Amino acid sequence: MHRASRAVSLSVIALVALGACKKKPEVAPAPAEQPAPAPQPAPPPAPAQPTCDAACVEARNNAAKAEAIRAATAALTATIYFDLDRSDITDDSRAKLDAKVPVLTQNTAVRIRIAGHTDSRGSDEYNLALGQRRAAAAKRYLTDRGIDGSRIEIVSFGEERPTCTDESEGCWSRNRRDEFEITGGQITAVQTTSR
Amino acid sequence: MTRLLRAALLVAAITTIPLAHATAQDTLQQAIRIGLRYDPNTKPGVLVLRVPGVNGDSLRAILQRDFDNGDRINVVAAEESGFPDAPVAGKNGNYSLYAKLGAVAIVQATPTATGLHVAVHDVAQQKVARVKDFAIDGTPNSRGWRMSVHNVSDELEAWVTGVHGIAATRVAYVQGVRNGRLHVIDSDGAFPTPVGDDSGGMSPTWHPKGTHLAYSVVGAHGCCQLYVLDLASGAARRLEAVGGGLNSTPVFAPDGAVIVYTHGEESGTDLFATTAFERGPARRITVGRGSDNTSPTFSPDGRRLAFTSGRLGHPEIYISDADGTNPQPLTYSVGDQNYRSNPDWSPDGRLVAYQSQQTDGSFQLNTISLRDRSVKQLTSDGSNEDASWAPDSRHIIFSSTRTGSKQLFVIDSESGRWRQLTRNGGVRLPAWSPPLSR
Repeated sequence: MHRASRAVSLSVIALVALGACKKKPEVAPAPAEQPAPAPQPAPPPAPAQPTCDAACVEARNNAAKAEAIRAATAALTATIYFDLDRSDITDDSRAKLDAKVPVLTQNTAVRIRIAGHTDSRGSDEYNLALGQRRAAAAKRYLTDRGIDGSRIEIVSFGEERPTCTDESEGCWSRNRRDEFEITGGQITAVQTTSR
Repeated sequence: MTRLLRAALLVAAITTIPLAHATAQDTLQQAIRIGLRYDPNTKPGVLVLRVPGVNGDSLRAILQRDFDNGDRINVVAAEESGFPDAPVAGKNGNYSLYAKLGAVAIVQATPTATGLHVAVHDVAQQKVARVKDFAIDGTPNSRGWRMSVHNVSDELEAWVTGVHGIAATRVAYVQGVRNGRLHVIDSDGAFPTPVGDDSGGMSPTWHPKGTHLAYSVVGAHGCCQLYVLDLASGAARRLEAVGGGLNSTPVFAPDGAVIVYTHGEESGTDLFATTAFERGPARRITVGRGSDNTSPTFSPDGRRLAFTSGRLGHPEIYISDADGTNPQPLTYSVGDQNYRSNPDWSPDGRLVAYQSQQTDGSFQLNTISLRDRSVKQLTSDGSNEDASWAPDSRHIIFSSTRTGSKQLFVIDSESGRWRQLTRNGGVRLPAWSPPLSR
């Protein structure tokens, strides 16, 4: 009896299932309606955060500061570029120079050397003078914004230290540049975001 | 009456034309003798007889090559096997044979215990015109020995053409684009020799007596300091008076006691002067007001300077008094923004050679006359830079890409004939020496 009623139940379930599988007449889908997104599975529970003690906070702050120093160093030493036979500061270069100002302002012990370079076109000798003029233009930009000029040395390499030697505009434009090198002091004061 | 007068004038004109032509030819021939004009058709033919002895072939080859490089003598070639004996004045008829070969002079050199005995025969006169014993120093085919032979060539060229040759000279230059090294090479391309100990050397320039080189050195931390190198001892001395900043393109004044150079810090570059061998102050010459002023060159009398200046917004050749007063553009023309630089004043004072940038970015060499400002373009193949005059005010050494990598070439500014001097790429900034005795 019990076995017979289980068999009946299974038969009913099978019939219901067969009815569900029966092909329905095709209906054009409504173009405006999009199927509802499937619900996302719930994220796995986050691992329990250990409590950050003082040492941990200090380590985090140190890491943040190191990252900020790295970023400040990158900003201070970022190369700027010039147009052909020009020593004017371009808009792109202006933004890069602006980023150097706070680094130099906050780190008064830091000294830098600006080296002016040119592409290979033009006279070797005149290009030495042009490189000097490019380095001087960057120095002037920084000193006009309050940086002590005695902290900034300028030199020229003309076309004597190219970064590439192809005879193409792509290469020439990379060689028309001022490079910035930290020659004294260290970057220690930086703005960081405390966590 | 009128018809008669017209006929008379016509006859006068016809008879005058050939006379004028003859006069012009005479003038030209006279001019050749003093080296002011050049006509390839009137180069005197010179035959160099075989030189006896172990080094005879070398001696003869050097003499022939020197004459050929001078572009004032047509070296007469003759079959070695068909060489007649040396002519003996009044004793044989070989002179007529040499005349048929195109020779107006015959060089007969004979080695001696101390050097070379040379007789120059005048073919037309059928006699020995001049004789001299020359001292030849050093081991055969050494640098000094060859220079002694070049001196013989130059004097013989003066005997024949009236103009001293330029074989006994050398060229200083920079080998290498990065960390270049100063070298000196003989005028015929022999013995390229590094000089000085400094890498990064640039812009070598000769002392008027050929005893020293002044140059700048691009250091690890930028350009440049100036040095004076004693070529005999190899000792280099830094010019302390020039101070820090950029110091480049030195040039000796014709008296050899003063060096004018480019100095720049933060307000452009200007020309300054200081003493070459004694400690002395630096004094400013140009006032460029923030522009770049570089690459000075003296007039032969030392009273004027030519230099590159960017004071018009792009580089042009300027000329001023030696103290920097009365500056005026030499090459500027209204509306022309092209780049002209690196002047070199010819030793005879008539011309300034310089490089002019073309619309395709290449440089070509020009000369400009100081008398009438007429410009002559000397080159057209490749990019050609760094012109430096030979002592004869006719040949110019320069760097060029005409055969690929940058090499040094010599061009005859009269005929345009050129020859390659160096065979290693990356060669630049040549400076031709004054006449050298060794």
